[in-house]
Amino acid sequence: MLIKKPSDIPSSEITPEGLYLSRRRFLGGAGALVGAVAAGGAISEILSPSQSALAGTKLQYSQSQYSTSEKQTPLNDITHYNNYYEFSTDKYEPADLAKNFNTRPWTIKVEGLANKPKTFDIDALLKMQLQERIYRMRCVEGWSMVIPWVGIPLSAVLDDVQPNSKAKFVEFTSLKDPKRFPGQQRNVLDWPYVEGLRMDEAMHPLTILAVGLYGETLPNQDGAPVRLVVPWKYGFKGIKAIVNIKLVDYQPTSSWTKAAPNEYGFYSNVNPEVDHPRWSQAKERRIGEFTKRPTLMFNGYGDQVASLYTGMNLKKNY
Amino acid sequence: MKLRSVKAKYFKPLVFLACLVPLGRLAWKAYNAALGANPIQVITWSTGTWTLVFLMLTLTVTPLRKLTKQYWLIQYRRMLGLFAFFYGSLHFTTYIWLDQFFDWHSITKDVVKRPFITVGFTAFVLMLPLALTSSQRAIRWLGKRWQMLHRLIYAVAIAGVIHFIWLVKKDLRKPLIYAAILSVLLLYRVVVWGARRLSQERVENQRSPLLKRSAVATD
Repeated sequence: MLIKKPSDIPSSEITPEGLYLSRRRFLGGAGALVGAVAAGGAISEILSPSQSALAGTKLQYSQSQYSTSEKQTPLNDITHYNNYYEFSTDKYEPADLAKNFNTRPWTIKVEGLANKPKTFDIDALLKMQLQERIYRMRCVEGWSMVIPWVGIPLSAVLDDVQPNSKAKFVEFTSLKDPKRFPGQQRNVLDWPYVEGLRMDEAMHPLTILAVGLYGETLPNQDGAPVRLVVPWKYGFKGIKAIVNIKLVDYQPTSSWTKAAPNEYGFYSNVNPEVDHPRWSQAKERRIGEFTKRPTLMFNGYGDQVASLYTGMNLKKNY
Repeated sequence: MKLRSVKAKYFKPLVFLACLVPLGRLAWKAYNAALGANPIQVITWSTGTWTLVFLMLTLTVTPLRKLTKQYWLIQYRRMLGLFAFFYGSLHFTTYIWLDQFFDWHSITKDVVKRPFITVGFTAFVLMLPLALTSSQRAIRWLGKRWQMLHRLIYAVAIAGVIHFIWLVKKDLRKPLIYAAILSVLLLYRVVVWGARRLSQERVENQRSPLLKRSAVATD
């Protein structure tokens, strides 16, 4: 499958040139080696429970300049501390409850205001030019991780369907299947889970569809087979188990916004100055660390994304 | 009488040890690094949960002993109450030390600005006078006022449950279980109080015609 060249991204959406990913740095010996080392290191971290939870197919991918060099959160923590309400509201439970979640067959329908709507098979998605993106992940609850995702820029998929000029937002929908998602048997949220991005946010090169973690296919409890990762926003924006991506002309209402509009806004950009109504967002606990660290504006991705919000009142548009 | 003293002698230390099990379990898990990805949160949750459990247990003693006529149960009320305070102190210390790491600026802001922390902090502060006046000597010294003072436990328990409700992101099942249990325990008191007032009134009503009659008689 074809990935469009970076120049296909409208200039208003792109980040400084220096940060451009070199498309020539495709998977090579170096990439494979780094991947293998990362995966190998990860395996030493895991205890037996996580091994069974891991689908464990190795992925081929290239490195990315967007990756942070910060210390990565151990795989065992990334796979045993999950906010995944489709399985459970308890963060320690999805690891076990998702064990037998079947992610095949799986298709992602990309439709709406586009010239060439298309349904992607997950295995076709996995064959696209995958990249590793080591991102900080800041949960709205006040904790954070550093996660080595493997995925594709969302823009690559959207470019493929050619959004038309009326498309202003992207609406994402998760699978709704109470038989496979025990958490959906109760209306904790209005199922299915829905998320949304503004078009320029969706096309931003930092925004990815993740299909893997630590060099292997995504563990079920982390959103398999495909999830959204928008690193400058709170973690709940990263909708999991996506089945539908729709280009729309209205601002989608996210599940959490629907549940508590005064607590979770459409943007949900990480912002240490705008507190959650019930708790402070000034600091966060990085999983594995003892003392809290200050939370960074846009989760530290301000250089790349601040320009998307110039002139916007971020206190109002939380 | 004899049975009671045997019960007290062997049973009480056992109950005491049982009350320490949650802490022991937590310490064991911490020692084995088995507290999961976010150990501080687990410690906070666990100590908070057990504070609530012991508050509920303390409030269960009176209804239970009256309904079952097992009056010896009263001997355990103070112990359970003090364990509520003990776990509450651990919970509070976890917040101050492990969670905030003595960041007084942030703590003050939290207590003032965050309703769930304000109400939790209030609950803890209200427990202090109860713990401090739990000795036999304090009971004797305070006399009738002791009981008045110790009714504060109702406020502590209500504040504790509200603290739990307000901190939860979405799934209210667990805090609402505590709210339901507390409602039953408080309702019992309301019923008993109401029944007592009614019977007092009845006594007065019965007495008053008599008084009138006797007054007439003396006339």
